[in-house]
Amino acid sequence: MSRSRSTTARALLAGTATLAVLLSACSAGSTASGGASGGSGGGAGSSAAITIGLVAEPASLDFTTTDGAAIPQVLLTNVYETLVKQDQDGKIVGSLAKDWKVSDDRRTYTFDLQPDATYTNGDPFTAADAVASITAVKSTWTVSLKAAMDVVSEAKAVSDHQLQVTLSKPSNDWLFRMTTRIGAMLDPKALSTIATQPVGTGPYAFAQWNRGDSIVLKANPSYWGTKPTYQTVTFKYFKDPTALNNALLSGTINVIGTVQAPESLAQFEGNSKYQVIEGTTNGEVVLSFNNKKAPLTDQRVREAVRYAIDHKALMDTCWAGKGTLIGSMVPPTDPWYEDRTGDFPFDQAKAKQLLAASGNATPTLRLRIPNLPYAVSCGQVVKSQLQQVGITVQLDQLEFPAAWLQTVFKDHDYDMSIVAHVEPRDLPAVFGNPDYYTQYDNTEVQADIAAADQGTEQEQVADLKKAAATISTTAAADFLFLLPNLVVADKDVTGLPKNAITESFDLTTLGRS
Amino acid sequence: MVLRLLRRLLVLLVGLAASSVVVFAFMAVLPGDPARVALGVNASEPAVAELRRQFGLDRPLLVQYGDWVRGLLTGDLGQSYVSRAPIGPQVLDRLQVTLILVVTSMVVAALVALPLGAWSALRHRRLSGLVLSALSQVGVAVPAFLAGILLITLFAVRLGWLPANGWTPPAQDPGMFVRQLVLPALSLGLVQGAVLTRYVRSAVLDVLRQDHVRTARATGLSPGRVLWRHGARNAAVPVVTVLGLQLATLLVGAVVVERVFVIPGLGSLLLDAVGQRDLKVVQDVVMVLVLAVLLVNVVVDLLYVVIDPRLRTASR
Repeated sequence: MSRSRSTTARALLAGTATLAVLLSACSAGSTASGGASGGSGGGAGSSAAITIGLVAEPASLDFTTTDGAAIPQVLLTNVYETLVKQDQDGKIVGSLAKDWKVSDDRRTYTFDLQPDATYTNGDPFTAADAVASITAVKSTWTVSLKAAMDVVSEAKAVSDHQLQVTLSKPSNDWLFRMTTRIGAMLDPKALSTIATQPVGTGPYAFAQWNRGDSIVLKANPSYWGTKPTYQTVTFKYFKDPTALNNALLSGTINVIGTVQAPESLAQFEGNSKYQVIEGTTNGEVVLSFNNKKAPLTDQRVREAVRYAIDHKALMDTCWAGKGTLIGSMVPPTDPWYEDRTGDFPFDQAKAKQLLAASGNATPTLRLRIPNLPYAVSCGQVVKSQLQQVGITVQLDQLEFPAAWLQTVFKDHDYDMSIVAHVEPRDLPAVFGNPDYYTQYDNTEVQADIAAADQGTEQEQVADLKKAAATISTTAAADFLFLLPNLVVADKDVTGLPKNAITESFDLTTLGRS
Repeated sequence: MVLRLLRRLLVLLVGLAASSVVVFAFMAVLPGDPARVALGVNASEPAVAELRRQFGLDRPLLVQYGDWVRGLLTGDLGQSYVSRAPIGPQVLDRLQVTLILVVTSMVVAALVALPLGAWSALRHRRLSGLVLSALSQVGVAVPAFLAGILLITLFAVRLGWLPANGWTPPAQDPGMFVRQLVLPALSLGLVQGAVLTRYVRSAVLDVLRQDHVRTARATGLSPGRVLWRHGARNAAVPVVTVLGLQLATLLVGAVVVERVFVIPGLGSLLLDAVGQRDLKVVQDVVMVLVLAVLLVNVVVDLLYVVIDPRLRTASR
């Protein structure tokens, strides 16, 4: 007996020892990998720090090779600056460029640069850096957005603080794209480490990235402009909307940057500890049509679909009534916005009539949607509304992004889909290119888009209004609603932007009351 | 013993090889092109083709498989399609987080199950034993993520005692590390503990019914003392088996619980990688999980020999 007892004891001991070793190995390992910068974990609460909860974590910090809005959301305007930027009304204003002039032929832009801007590594920002940044987009960037820089024929430094950019043809869109990530002014000497150690001229310096968890920024003490309120900003990532809400409710974060489930707002709306901000975004939720595939090649069928959908009821059902009805591909923050919700008022009789006239009163349409929350919940509503006028809808969910990109976007193997087109000013991209997945080929719209790009600012507004009207009246797609910008925050956080119109989560206006 | 070990290692190697084929085959037939996903919605065809070439996705599948396995054998897990970063260090980082979570949960489960299981067996004819047994039955039926949501609602949102989610490396802020670990470890550990309680209970009951235990009891020892002196070792065999199996389920359960508690472990890495068609990462993480489960099996098997002398003679 005594022998066996000692064996048991030994086994137990061995087990405990293994546990202990494992535990110590684990914690030792984390020490090495964590690369801690003190105190960022408990960011919430202190007046010097703020923690913002977001949903999409970047895969890499290098937006010259990695696509997606997650990187500019954190880095643009905050760490990297552009020559020009958009203000809250969608107007283009100066940033690293104090001022700029456009030549009479609208092809040459002369920028006067901020003389005392420096990178966070100490390098001064000069016109030569701007030239390098612009030419790098054309030569070394791999993301598709780079195409917007193709129109630049020459960028040269006139002096240390004056930059001249010549375009091969006039392009209003080019100046606008300079407000986005392709206009970020990078330090040519820091390019090789951009994926892990971003260096910019902005009010914040990149501090640390805990992969799978958070990105930490610190205020840049030598910033040339107005210094920001918060010394430390932590962007924390949550895949699950409930987890995101819980983090605010339990004080782990101070701000929910984008509310993913609008029905969950109720728990914050009645609570005096929180403020709820509701504005607009650039995300048009489009019921897209495959314009090259029967029966949707027939404009009457497309119109029937638009008449058959009760947009207000749809938005109430699937997105808790949050959002804006738009009627075409333009959000209210764009200068060429017009309310086009009256083009196809809800009218089931009219829809049935149009279907009958098309010779196919009871068509069957495949609605292939990505498995994203807005698409899944709105897909059901679209399906039931269309069935009321005699359209049979086969609803398929495709995993996003991989399966949806392949099936709908690349192979065009669909009749209808539901996607939020979140890129800013994306009307030309979606309806100006007949090879795009919507396959909408309208020469009048293409001509208007081209004219808008080349004309004066007034002409641009007029031409794009015209293009948007044609897109709507020819029922190129149905425009379900515009995604709302829903932000929930601790009551005392001030300066949160109402409308999300740029790619950046702009920290410069934030304060605390 | 040595022979047994060798046999087990052979099984482990065969298991790994077979899994690698299955995992690779699954990735190959999965719809969605990693290069297109990496480049985003508006990428041009030539750019996608060029990236496929860079990733080596244009080569025959057999060559790709051979490349991957050769990398695994030399400890090179390759490069992520999405971030272009080496996968090895990332997997190691995440593995440490998951191991801390799993091991802590295991400790919680054992702390719950061993005393409660033995107690409810010793009292199986009394009300307290029956109540415990019923409670553990309820625990078995609750999935870990649901337990997690309940715990968050109560302790984080309602009472505000603990953070609802998040993860801080122990070296950065030990206090925060512990506070954030409590709820996920409880939600995994309590559920596993409930399962384990039932096994401990039936193992102890079995032992109590054996002849030598009855004899010992006839000598006037109390049931508890008898169990401790004569039965613990016998009861340990099935319990260790279940512990081993549970470690495997815990690893899988951790995937879900990491999501609920926003913990940057292997599970979160796996889920993100699947979504982004970062197939190399998926393959590597799955192989790490397979290796972990197979290793647990080997260890459990060897523990039998330590615990049960009869197996030791048999295997000689």
